[in-house]
Amino acid sequence: MINQKNKPPRLAEKFLSWYCKPELLEDLQGDLYEYFQRNVKTRGVVRAKLIYIIDVIKFMRLYTLRKPEFVNTLMNWIMLSSYVKTSARSIRRSPLFSSINIIGLAISMTVGLVMIAVLTDISSFDTFHTNRKEIYRVISRYDYQGNQDNNYMATTSLRAAKLIEESVAATNGIAILRRDFEGDFTAGTKTIPLQGYQTNPGLFQLFSFRLLKGNPVTALKEPFSLVFTESAATKLFGDDEPVGKVVKFRNRDYTVTGILEDVPHFSHMRFEVLGSLSTRETNKEQLKEDSKWDNIWNAWVYLRLPPGTDLQTITTTFDRISAKEDSTVKETHIELDLQPLGEIMAGTDDLGNQIGPVIGNLTLWIFGGLTFVVLLSAGFNYTNLSIARSLRRTREVGIRKVIGAMKSHVMSQFIVEAVLIALIAVGFAIVLFLLVKPLFIGIEPEIQQIFKLELTPVLLLYFIGFALLIGLSAGFFPALFFSSINAIEVLKRWYPVKGLGKLTLRKALIVFQYTISIIFITCTVIGYKQYKNYVGFDLGFKTENVLNISLQGNKAELLKKGLSELPEVTGISQSAMVTSIGNFWGTPVKHISNLQDSSWMAYNYIDEHYLDLHHHKLLAGRNFNPLPDSATESEVLVNEQILKKYNIPNPIQALDETLVVNGKELRIVGVLENFVYGRSNDANQKKEILFRYSKTNVHILNVRIESTDLIGTVAKIEQLWKELDPVHPFEAKFYNEQIEEAFSGLRASVNVAAVLAVLAIGIASLGLLGMVVFTTETRLKEISIRKVLGAKEVLLLFLMSKNFILMLAIAAAIALPLTYLLFEQVAFPQMANHAPLGIIDMLVGVSCIILIALILIATQSWKVARANPSQVLKSE
Amino acid sequence: MKGTNLGEFEELVLLTIAALVNDAYSVAICDELEKNTGRAAKLGVVHAVLNRLEEKGLVKSKLGEATNTRGGKRKRYYAVTSAGKAALLKAKEVRDNLWSMIPGMALKNI
Repeated sequence: MINQKNKPPRLAEKFLSWYCKPELLEDLQGDLYEYFQRNVKTRGVVRAKLIYIIDVIKFMRLYTLRKPEFVNTLMNWIMLSSYVKTSARSIRRSPLFSSINIIGLAISMTVGLVMIAVLTDISSFDTFHTNRKEIYRVISRYDYQGNQDNNYMATTSLRAAKLIEESVAATNGIAILRRDFEGDFTAGTKTIPLQGYQTNPGLFQLFSFRLLKGNPVTALKEPFSLVFTESAATKLFGDDEPVGKVVKFRNRDYTVTGILEDVPHFSHMRFEVLGSLSTRETNKEQLKEDSKWDNIWNAWVYLRLPPGTDLQTITTTFDRISAKEDSTVKETHIELDLQPLGEIMAGTDDLGNQIGPVIGNLTLWIFGGLTFVVLLSAGFNYTNLSIARSLRRTREVGIRKVIGAMKSHVMSQFIVEAVLIALIAVGFAIVLFLLVKPLFIGIEPEIQQIFKLELTPVLLLYFIGFALLIGLSAGFFPALFFSSINAIEVLKRWYPVKGLGKLTLRKALIVFQYTISIIFITCTVIGYKQYKNYVGFDLGFKTENVLNISLQGNKAELLKKGLSELPEVTGISQSAMVTSIGNFWGTPVKHISNLQDSSWMAYNYIDEHYLDLHHHKLLAGRNFNPLPDSATESEVLVNEQILKKYNIPNPIQALDETLVVNGKELRIVGVLENFVYGRSNDANQKKEILFRYSKTNVHILNVRIESTDLIGTVAKIEQLWKELDPVHPFEAKFYNEQIEEAFSGLRASVNVAAVLAVLAIGIASLGLLGMVVFTTETRLKEISIRKVLGAKEVLLLFLMSKNFILMLAIAAAIALPLTYLLFEQVAFPQMANHAPLGIIDMLVGVSCIILIALILIATQSWKVARANPSQVLKSE
Repeated sequence: MKGTNLGEFEELVLLTIAALVNDAYSVAICDELEKNTGRAAKLGVVHAVLNRLEEKGLVKSKLGEATNTRGGKRKRYYAVTSAGKAALLKAKEVRDNLWSMIPGMALKNI
């Protein structure tokens, strides 16, 4: 026979069959081959090959060239209906496999749909502004004594806004929004609480908020003018004409100069009322505050730069402003920068002081990545099962090819089948999406504020496009596989070729799916343990059954009187803020002996009942003595950490030392055991903390309740509140609830991970089920023969399941170390006070998954092992 | 008309097909031409001519059995059609006529 060496060059052969008309091809190939063999004998292999190549090129003539295949493409379209028909038949013929594929795809596509809806929502933010591409926000970074903050603030100083307005000549307008224009607005006898900003007329010039009544240029020009949104005005005035009316806010009269259309949902800033920024200029104290260069926490500033503006020159101007202004403040440097409007919602999420809730791009990337993994997993199911079933379908393909189907026809057929399944799946997925939507939106209050996830026609179109994409990509591999089947070989043999198995690939896909599932579930278990750990963390004081009520401007004494009459209330105290839920109040503190060394310390105002109510432990000294409202502040309580700061050896010696707190000389009267001030997961727990005494700054009532019916008691307290203050809704929360809320981000992540874990496990189990059914069915005959020869059922069970068990073991062996590394190397270094990683936590998830898988494998295998061999062998 | 006239090489190929009777396929035709004319007949040229002849309807072809010498590819056998026969006869007639017109002595003295 001809050996490999004496074959014509393959590339030339391929080239020939590519360009040559099919009807001439065989003839030409034959002729060239004959010549080639002749040349090999007479002139040697190398020259023969060369001649072959030259001949192939010389044969490229007009009459040998293939014509473009319009007809073929047309044919494909005509065949489409036939493909759909045969696909529908094939789906119906194997209901188990089809439903596994459809359910798996539908579940994973639901996640994909949520992702698409999320992205659509995010991309529709701020699109209603006509100038959206030209608007930038000024952001600033604070640097004190060379300690640069890691993150920029979304806010900047009013001083900077003023200087930018004057200096950046290219500016086509500047919009400034200052916070703290919210509270009770009174018109006549009606009072409602509203939220808004103080702003300049530039707002209407930059943004496309529509003014229904009033003049956009003058409406916010004069001091003490304000603009309501339509719905706020209706709430306050009913059907009366609001423009020109006088409204009371913080004891000042404001004139209504306009009515705004309600702010659209997809706006990154939301408000119900806008006051004129010029109002601040009438107040000397505020004017002084606003002129400070380092007061960067309260105002959001937006610029419009015409297209083509060189941002570099703008930032250079900013740097110049900074350099000049830094000299007005001590040891502080403030850096300004620009952020495009389009990047506010989904840009870097580590910007502080946002004007409203945003979703960071990191979150999006993580969520997107996880969605992709789940989709991939379901796609693998499809590929895996399709190829596994090749046994039954190869002969069908063989016959198609014999009848005259070309490679492309077979490919289209299988791709159409996959697309059909994907389209059926997306139908289910859309229903699931509508069911899941409220759950997703309810995960966190912020999500509710950002997303609507409305099923619009455009979104529906995206969904269908997505299904087509999934169908195409899931069907591609099986299509490629089936179309390259050799018809003659398949039809001649009774059993398909062994190469068809591609066993390693299929096994790898299953191992991948299970690895992902194990990682997801282990992360969920560990994450949940961390959440429980933080929520139940020993803060150093007691928070159980403490109800924190926000006074909202009401007199504490009135409510206290009502409360003390309730038998369930066992104690009442007051504080300025709630600690341990992530809030910080800071103040400069110096020791009297060294007035040069000033440092920021956290503090809280409390009354004399606070310590007892919260079971704070005094190491030395005493609690505050009750003082009248008018008494000047003279005493302070400190925590142990302060002793270290000022090198005081023990708590007793700290007593009667004097600290200068924000300019006031205060005597230490007691030392408290250290406790958590920020949050239990803060890296820096060792904080210097002060408790100061006040009767006027304490706007939160801490109520300790002893009752078997907490909800009933809260309802009673709410009743008291309503009698006292009919305007404001009752704002009260149990301390432990507030701590849980402080960790709602972590809880949301755990919830999302749990959902994904369930999905991944479900999809992987479906895939495994398909594979097990398939293998056991094809081995039915083998098992029966083994049984006839005397094999025991238990041994058969082992024989059939050992491969799958091995795959699960490999998956676990990959997933567990990965998860361990993920937490030990990536997550834990950033989480202070985390609970240790226990072996049990790692194994709980794995054993659950393996148990499910074993049940799947065992039930199927058992069915086959129990089958009556005589029946099987007779019917085959 | 194009179809009625035979080129010189076309005529040779056509004659060779007729001479080879049942074994007239591309490679054999090439070999036979080389043998009889003494000049190299390139496969590509012969192929093009065969294709043209078939287009003109002077020859017809059918595929034969696959053989190992051709790497499992089938031979395409050519046979002269009646139109081909007519064309050949016409060409021969033209030549015969011309030959007969030459006086016996005319070529002897050249």
